[in-house]
Amino acid sequence: MTRSTDDVIADLVRDVTPIRRLAPPLRRALLWLAAVAAVAAIVLWRMADIGSFLVRAADPRLATELAVTLATGVLGVVAAFHLSVPDRSRLWALAPLPPLGLWLASSGYECWKTWIGGRGNSWAVGESAMCFMFIVAVGLTLALLLFWPLRKARPLQPGIVVLTGGLGVAGLASFLLQFFHPFDVTFMDLGLHVAAVAVLLGIAWGPGRRAVSAA
Amino acid sequence: MVLAQAGGRTPYAELLSETAPFIRSVVRRRVRDSATAEDVVQDVLLTLHRVRNTYDPGRPFTPWLVAITERRCIDALRRRSRVMGHETSDDGAYEAFADPWSSRELEAGHATQEVSALLSTLPPGQREAVELLKIRELSLAEAAAISGQSTGALKVAVHRAIRSLQAALERLP
Repeated sequence: MTRSTDDVIADLVRDVTPIRRLAPPLRRALLWLAAVAAVAAIVLWRMADIGSFLVRAADPRLATELAVTLATGVLGVVAAFHLSVPDRSRLWALAPLPPLGLWLASSGYECWKTWIGGRGNSWAVGESAMCFMFIVAVGLTLALLLFWPLRKARPLQPGIVVLTGGLGVAGLASFLLQFFHPFDVTFMDLGLHVAAVAVLLGIAWGPGRRAVSAA
Repeated sequence: MVLAQAGGRTPYAELLSETAPFIRSVVRRRVRDSATAEDVVQDVLLTLHRVRNTYDPGRPFTPWLVAITERRCIDALRRRSRVMGHETSDDGAYEAFADPWSSRELEAGHATQEVSALLSTLPPGQREAVELLKIRELSLAEAAAISGQSTGALKVAVHRAIRSLQAALERLP
């Protein structure tokens, strides 16, 4: 300790300027999600085969998978905004985990059915490589757009903020992937989806955490 | 806090002065060492200043402040355990000061000058620790009372100082 606490207070008072207060985290999260949904809707309308997607989405299993994937994404993003401010419960970090578990269980069950049914080669890479690229590319774009508002809060625990946020964008990217994924899920498919999520979390934990902390 | 967010210096000064004792009481419950505790108090005040845009006037102030304080206490305790995990007090290393030639008057004079010059290169905290414990040969408790540093901090300071002095001696021609 080289300076007295009174000196520190005097310096802080000298430095004080009017600041723009951040909106509550839930409102900021919903605004961010609404903006992403608007852009995604335009892109999907132009690029995806919505008719084919709606037919496939009528299958209760796929509808469930879509719901839990989207829930993982939305809850991950909402949790990241809550965790970025000091006085919100740290339990928000657990919020995206139940839908994540259901997502993996649902996909795993579908892989098993595909394998048992002998439909296609479960271990061939095939289109799965494109799925991997899609999740990583879309997830990275979303992560950049998410970490920018998160760093405004200068989180006290940037690690947990970027991990929940990273899981959120991975969930959203996987949800968007379903619009371009008109085939059965194989073990290789699931493995590469999980690998893509892991890559996103790794990037979030490394450069993402530094970017959010540097504010 | 709302007035401080608007840039009001007087209310901000009052807020920080009035909350500092409360922060100190919360910190003291977790951090026993008084010097480290005061460092944490200052760290909390700096953090409060940095994240004051996250305070929501619609919510109570105290939980927001306590959350920041608790977080900074945990960070300080982790930092301390990391340092203590990598640096241990090596009492045998203090004997490295023994010099077989120092009993001779002439060499003793040279050695004293060299040691004085080397000591002057040390940071003030380390220099004070060496002077109290190794030159004046006070006990840890006496040195702690004079310097205001904890006995643990003094041991670490002496250990670091000895290592610095050893490295400097090796560089001498």
